[in-house]
Amino acid sequence: MVGGSQTGDDGAKAPSAEQPGHPTAEPWPLWEVFVRSSRGLSHVHAGSLHAPDADMAVRNARDLYTRRNEGVSLWVVPASAIITSDPDAKGQFFESPQGKDYRHATYYTKSEGVKHL
Amino acid sequence: MSESNASATRITPGNALRPEDIAASDVRPSEAVAEYALRLGDDALILAQRLGWWISRAPELEEDVALGNIALDQIGHARSFLTYAARAWDKTEDDLAYFRGEDEFRSTHLVEQPNGDFARTIARQLVVSQYQFALYSRLVSSSDATLAAIAAKAVKEVDYHRDHARQWVLRLALGTEESRRRMIEGLILTWPYVGELFEDDSLVKELEGTAVLPSSLRESFDAEIHGLFAEADLEVPEVPAAVGGGRRGEHSEHLGYLLAEMQVLAREHPGATW
Amino acid sequence: MTTATDTPQDLTAEQEQFDRLIAEDSRIEPRDWMPEAYRKTLTRQISQHAHSEIIGMQPEANWISRAPSLKRKAILMAKVQDEAGHGLYLYSAAETLGTSRDTMTEDLIAGKARYSSIFNYPARTWADMGAIGWLVDGAAIANQVPLCRASYGPYGRAMVRICKEESFHQRQGFEILLELSNGTEAQKKMAQDAVNRWYAPSLMMFGPPDDDSPNSKQSMAWNIKRFSNDELRSRFVGMIVEQVKVLGLTLPDDQIRFNEETGKWEHGPLDWNEFKEVLAGRGPCNAQRLERRRAAHDDGAWVREAAAAYAAKQAAKRNELKEAA
Repeated sequence: MVGGSQTGDDGAKAPSAEQPGHPTAEPWPLWEVFVRSSRGLSHVHAGSLHAPDADMAVRNARDLYTRRNEGVSLWVVPASAIITSDPDAKGQFFESPQGKDYRHATYYTKSEGVKHL
Repeated sequence: MSESNASATRITPGNALRPEDIAASDVRPSEAVAEYALRLGDDALILAQRLGWWISRAPELEEDVALGNIALDQIGHARSFLTYAARAWDKTEDDLAYFRGEDEFRSTHLVEQPNGDFARTIARQLVVSQYQFALYSRLVSSSDATLAAIAAKAVKEVDYHRDHARQWVLRLALGTEESRRRMIEGLILTWPYVGELFEDDSLVKELEGTAVLPSSLRESFDAEIHGLFAEADLEVPEVPAAVGGGRRGEHSEHLGYLLAEMQVLAREHPGATW
Repeated sequence: MTTATDTPQDLTAEQEQFDRLIAEDSRIEPRDWMPEAYRKTLTRQISQHAHSEIIGMQPEANWISRAPSLKRKAILMAKVQDEAGHGLYLYSAAETLGTSRDTMTEDLIAGKARYSSIFNYPARTWADMGAIGWLVDGAAIANQVPLCRASYGPYGRAMVRICKEESFHQRQGFEILLELSNGTEAQKKMAQDAVNRWYAPSLMMFGPPDDDSPNSKQSMAWNIKRFSNDELRSRFVGMIVEQVKVLGLTLPDDQIRFNEETGKWEHGPLDWNEFKEVLAGRGPCNAQRLERRRAAHDDGAWVREAAAAYAAKQAAKRNELKEAA
């Protein structure tokens, strides 16, 4: 697994912008924003933003990602807290389900035409 | 009043009321109600004009967007109140915004105060939003259905403005030494103009049940400010109150410049549509 | 699970995988391997695009305080605010390539980064709000719609969101001009003057002619760019030549014609020397635009520091409470 991102949307790490001696001069951290567009639907990733803390992040997300009635609920997650599967695994991570057609209803052709099945 | 209620059935509290709806309705406010609506509309308009300056100049891009949203809400409230007021004189919102002189504006001195730095703008935002929140919370029960409907939309929006200002007061007051110094300075510059917001006069007394008595809002305003200041380790500045008079059209020196800029183009082309 | 990826053998395999994804017209995502040149090209293009949105706020913000009606004031405010939002979406997309927004901002205010040259022209009259919306946003949209299919996932997704939001930008500009054109003589004159000034710069927004655009070929091979500069420019001319008739105005170009043989719209010569001059920093407003951005950034530094310091203190307080518990 690969640790969280400093640069958003599952991205690679940014070159560190640390300025020794100026701990407060560090840029505001990055947050990922998820929007629930209406009741009954999942929160979906909408984008990211910078904010100094969680309270401001959720407010900034409201201002930035729901200006046109896009949502009824928001999640913000520190980008650094997101753990992602490793793309370097080149597919073996997602190979297993391939070829297991019997997990899908369409595999069972003999029962076709039988009602309520 | 019952008659105006009947014809205003489309405008119910909680509807997302647009200025266009008010212009299209056949409700006509009395002269006194129109005068009162002018006060609320002018406060919102002058504040929006001030806040609009920040768009493209805020401390961070996210804040450009946040202040932009607040300015847009205020301009929406201004348009609704002014559109309603204008009906009393067979005018439009733009006639009132662009073709009144300085002494005809009914806004308070607070909203015409300069933006200053971000802390001063936040100090002004804190006071305005707390005041407007208290005011609109009560105006939703006004006997005037249109005022009540405008307030019903506005109160939800200024609730957010209040939250925005409070969040920033905490951060600036408790952030760094410099931000704390600036926050305190911003409050000192703002506080002389607080008193005027809560002054009663004959118009609001005459409109009992329709208008909200400003003095009746002071207690909840003070309580909310004290709560926040306790958390932010701030004190209410002890500064002399400025002489107000905005509600009578007596303004500070700032408003003339603000209006000159706001009105210049419209006045260059009288009678034109845009 | 991470394996060594920098042996030459692996690189070749990675390159093959990348090439296959491009050939399939699939998308590249942030953690995929990508050629350095692809990463660099994208970082440059997306950050320039973001800078353009941010600097592009200024000519229009210039008129917010003087908008001639409250409705127009609200529309203009919402539009300029949208541009801040679009800048943010694009910076986010660029950040996924490994460069922080802070670094990009530093480059911009240091004058090291480019942005769309058109924003170095002044917005002199209210009609410029119309012409910018109609022509500048129109050209931008013509450019951006194909970018929704750009091979880099985050860029494409940002563009989808931006294109959706921008649909109102061009229309409000068109309506400003329409209103002016049907207004008083002075208003109509103002509208025509604005169209005259913004026409050529908006055509130049599509970039230099194809035979003078060295990077275009590679960008098209990578499925970042889908159509050539000249192709997009020609399509745009075809659109506005009809729209201007509805406006009752004219375009300052008597050489516009539809070439039956090539099936393309042609226009008169453009002053590419002027384009290069403005690009090189010698436009009417370059210094002013950068100064304003720099001032906003510098004046805001203490606010950003305060918020970060507050967040750090709150986090420390929470930790203390946790330890005490």
